[in-house]
Amino acid sequence: MIALLRRDMAVATRAGGGFGLGLAFFLVVVVLVPLSVGPDTAVLSRIAPGILWLGALLACLLSLDRIFALDFEDGSLDLLATAPLPLEGAVAVKAFAHWLTTGLPLTLMAPVLGVLLNLPVPGYRWLLASLLLGTSALSVIGAFGAALTVGLRRGGLLLSLLVLPLYVPTLIFGAEVARRGAEGMPVATPLALLAGISLGCAALMPFAAAAALRVNLR
Amino acid sequence: MQHKDSVPISRRMSLWEYANPKKFMQVSGAALPWVGGLAALCLAVGLIWGFFFTPDDFRQGSTVKIIYIHVPAALMGINAWLMMLVTSLIWLVRRHHVSALAAKAAAPVGLVMTVIALATGAIWGQPMWGTWWAWDPRLTSFLILGLFYLGYIALWAAIDNPDTAADLTSVLCLVGSVFALLSRYAVLFWNQGLHQGASLTVTQDNPISDIYYWPLITSISGFVLLFLTLVLVRTRTEIRRRRLQALLNRERMA
Repeated sequence: MIALLRRDMAVATRAGGGFGLGLAFFLVVVVLVPLSVGPDTAVLSRIAPGILWLGALLACLLSLDRIFALDFEDGSLDLLATAPLPLEGAVAVKAFAHWLTTGLPLTLMAPVLGVLLNLPVPGYRWLLASLLLGTSALSVIGAFGAALTVGLRRGGLLLSLLVLPLYVPTLIFGAEVARRGAEGMPVATPLALLAGISLGCAALMPFAAAAALRVNLR
Repeated sequence: MQHKDSVPISRRMSLWEYANPKKFMQVSGAALPWVGGLAALCLAVGLIWGFFFTPDDFRQGSTVKIIYIHVPAALMGINAWLMMLVTSLIWLVRRHHVSALAAKAAAPVGLVMTVIALATGAIWGQPMWGTWWAWDPRLTSFLILGLFYLGYIALWAAIDNPDTAADLTSVLCLVGSVFALLSRYAVLFWNQGLHQGASLTVTQDNPISDIYYWPLITSISGFVLLFLTLVLVRTRTEIRRRRLQALLNRERMA
């Protein structure tokens, strides 16, 4: 499992792995927002938590198809499926690697971009916490979507159509934590619900994703 | 096993006989005119009764009559997904092709019902709430349900191999059901968080008087039967398409 994790990390971070692309996309989205809604700092600081969450979610979506597609093309996914490691475990590891290379950098970058959007000071802590928790759910749910569409030639658009509705609960609770944090309200309830979703997804989604992969590898 | 015992067992298993496409085609072909006719009758009676022979509401005026389309369509929008969930489970567990095809057949019907519910809701909401659309929990979760339908239908359309498509869409239906339910509660939470006690209440929650109740029930039965008719027709079409494909394949092999 560790070897698989290392391999996936190496593939993702090397040249052509698209490691920085998601971060750059996140930056561009956040830059475009003030250009589209105007530079009024009051408006920007109000919508900052939601925009940062949405931007991170979309940036995460961009790299989902890489979770399985490359391994599917060169046949290493077949080897993984026949390896002694259960396919569920392999899926979980690959989702974790995706989180380490996408969700974690996005989370760390979000406070920097928060400055651009005039995020209120108490919001930074909770933005970090909510993204740290929530992006893991995004990666695991995304791994399920990627597993569904791995055999398709043009699965990219379909993948977004399938995954985005599944992201709704995570987005709602995550953005709610960040928003309440920014407005200085108590965040315990949405934070607990967000943690519940993340843990539930991490526990159950690898099984669904592995089932979908087995169908696609038949 | 004695002969005496075997009869009730076979009778108990009788539901699964319809999983045989031939048997299904026979029975559904025979039942279709009746179900369709009954659907037309119920719809005609329910809608005409509702539109012309019930009084206007004292506050809502005649706009209240949209309830005879709005509520049944919304009900069927949800129930179609439940039916897809059940048929997907049957396909995953028992591998009956008719079941998978019925799920495939129900999805567009369910989507149309969802759209009808949203559209009539908007038409109703405009004079009553003064807005076509509000991010009310019910409206929002219905819109999200529509998105789930879209993804499901798109996945069916994208995959060439029919068995792979049936498997993957079934898995998506199961996972989607869980997330649709989660979204429902998440949206409830989100809206209260935003508005602190929604000012809009959906009127259909209020107990309605008997004058509206019976035509509504008739109309709902009509929509259920209409849904059944459409799903049967579409399932039969899917089965015929499969047979055609099988014939073409056989011809190519020969």
